Amino acid sequence: MTTTFKHIRNIALATTFAAAGLTSAQAADKVKVGFMLPYTGTYASLGNAITNGFKQYVAENGGKLGGREIEYYTVDDESDPAKATENANKLVKRDKVDLLVGTVHSGVALAMAKVARENKTLLIVPNAGADEITGPLCAPNVFRSSFSAWQPSYAMGEVMAKKGLKKVVTVTWKYSFGLQSVEGFKEAFEKGGGKVAKDMTLPFPNVEFQPFLTEIASIKPDAVFVFFAGAGAAKFVKDYAAAGLNKSIPLYGPGFLTDGNLDAMGDAGKGVQTTLHYADSLDHPKDKSFRLAYVKSYKQQPDVYAVQGYDAAQLYQAGLAAAGGDASKQDVVIKGMEAAKIDSPRGAFTLSKAHNPVQDIYLREVQGGQNKVISTAVKGLSDPARGCKL
Amino acid sequence: MDFASFLIQTLNSLQYGLLLFLVASGLTLVFGIMGIINLAHGSFYMIGAYLAFVLASATGSLFMAILLGIPLALIFGAFLEWALFAHLYKRDHLEQVLLTFGLILIFEELRSLLVGDEVHGVDIPAMFSGSIQLSEVLSYPVYRLVISAVCIVLAVALYFVIQRTRLGMMIRAGNHDRTMVEALGININMIYRVVFALGVALAALAGMLASPISSVFPNMGSHVLIISFVIVVIGGIGSVWGALAAALIVGFADTFGKVLLPELSGMVVYIVMAGVLLWRPEGIFKKG
Repeated sequence: MTTTFKHIRNIALATTFAAAGLTSAQAADKVKVGFMLPYTGTYASLGNAITNGFKQYVAENGGKLGGREIEYYTVDDESDPAKATENANKLVKRDKVDLLVGTVHSGVALAMAKVARENKTLLIVPNAGADEITGPLCAPNVFRSSFSAWQPSYAMGEVMAKKGLKKVVTVTWKYSFGLQSVEGFKEAFEKGGGKVAKDMTLPFPNVEFQPFLTEIASIKPDAVFVFFAGAGAAKFVKDYAAAGLNKSIPLYGPGFLTDGNLDAMGDAGKGVQTTLHYADSLDHPKDKSFRLAYVKSYKQQPDVYAVQGYDAAQLYQAGLAAAGGDASKQDVVIKGMEAAKIDSPRGAFTLSKAHNPVQDIYLREVQGGQNKVISTAVKGLSDPARGCKL
Repeated sequence: MDFASFLIQTLNSLQYGLLLFLVASGLTLVFGIMGIINLAHGSFYMIGAYLAFVLASATGSLFMAILLGIPLALIFGAFLEWALFAHLYKRDHLEQVLLTFGLILIFEELRSLLVGDEVHGVDIPAMFSGSIQLSEVLSYPVYRLVISAVCIVLAVALYFVIQRTRLGMMIRAGNHDRTMVEALGININMIYRVVFALGVALAALAGMLASPISSVFPNMGSHVLIISFVIVVIGGIGSVWGALAAALIVGFADTFGKVLLPELSGMVVYIVMAGVLLWRPEGIFKKG
């Protein structure tokens, strides 16, 4: 019943936009969307989820955005910063895409943002969290549909300070995303009266954590804040539990600690609390319908990356619709995107002046192999966008 | 650092060093005795870990996985030597590097096609899943101690095989002068095949043993490859004892570096390597 309704609504919407699009000069051409995402290597599954999410929204929208049909161009960025500029130029200069979408790896995304600024190509970053993208390197034509490194960590700082924790030790990989996460955490935690007893770092992607666990046991802090992701995160959580530390010193971190690796962690992950802009058990109707449709199309559960891809498409839809489907009127498209209220599966969000989502951050806990929502940690959290002159 | 922490960190160093030895011993044998620069050594570690994951899921036990996995790794190593490496002994190092680098890419791609790109965990066998309480809040997993014990046993066994058996004598002779050994009627090709298969099996065994504590994930081999080469170079190419000593040095440098010099933690191991090479350019245990 609902699907039929949605279908009719989509057709109606599509017709309206198509009619609007006819008035523009290039109505016959398709809008060119270029995906520059990892399709091989460690992040391949993330790149695929983002692509699936984007196409999911386009399909729900009658196969169009802003009333225009979409033509896709794809480049595998291999998560390799050394090839990033060349790869971005393939889409920007050779294929002349109207919208560039990418990517997962922050180092690659920074290079893409540079190419987008130089060529004035519209860019939506559907994952990479480097603070710089919507900070010092922000630009009128650069948008982000995901998060900044600062956001989930800052929220965790508030949560932990409110829990009355006073003395905390941090551990992370020594690279920009990890360090930015720890800084965001410290900012809120110290403002709330807490104190960081020791910051520990190790080179990426080293995973020999045993010396740190021993050090934590001798410092005996109230809690530990860590940033790790993927396989390294699974190993840290397992090592932490194997050392028995989880019984006396609770472990916290931004959501990447327990996303996409819960199977590998097994029981060790139980009870770990994290903060992120998405979770497995949100009660939004939008999330439920999104999940149902996604499972139907791709025969697998969506994750936060699929949501970010889906929202990238929604964001562009808002811009194109404002410009009557004319992608060449970039100023109008940008205004439309800036004004958009995105009805995301994560909960509705708007964009900050620097083009980063202003969004709710959830506190989640690992229960029964899922990241269950406990509460909303911070409502409508906006990245401070330090160094951005927009 | 109080004394108790110091002792526990020493234990951490030993345990890490011994596991590194297990990976590096295979590399030093193949490099030292056969003169092959094998960049794919890390891939054998990765293959071992994935074998453990697949076989342990199928049989329900890591013991069974290792029992099945070792002969598979030996056969695989012998096959690779026969099909590829046997043609490289008389060629220069650059061609070996090209071949083995190509193998890394092929193995990673096969892994992606066959098992996928997800992170997997392997359960610690029930009888070793306990832990020993070391301090008020810290306990030490028994399984890590078991790994160390296995590594020590293997180190002794390797020493015995190479120094005290007829096979070991032939291997050492082959290392010294290939032509002379052939002239004496020993099938040197077979010796090389055995050594290579042994090298592959040692790396795979390290991957299998480490899989429960390290998880199983794409590109895991590249992490251990670089540190293994550091160990081989510090220890002296081809020396099993050198590899053991160097692995322990690296274990201590890495562990205490992380705690005492957090700002330099990524560099400590390489500073130690530079120091050792200034002192003994051929590595600690390289003779003549």
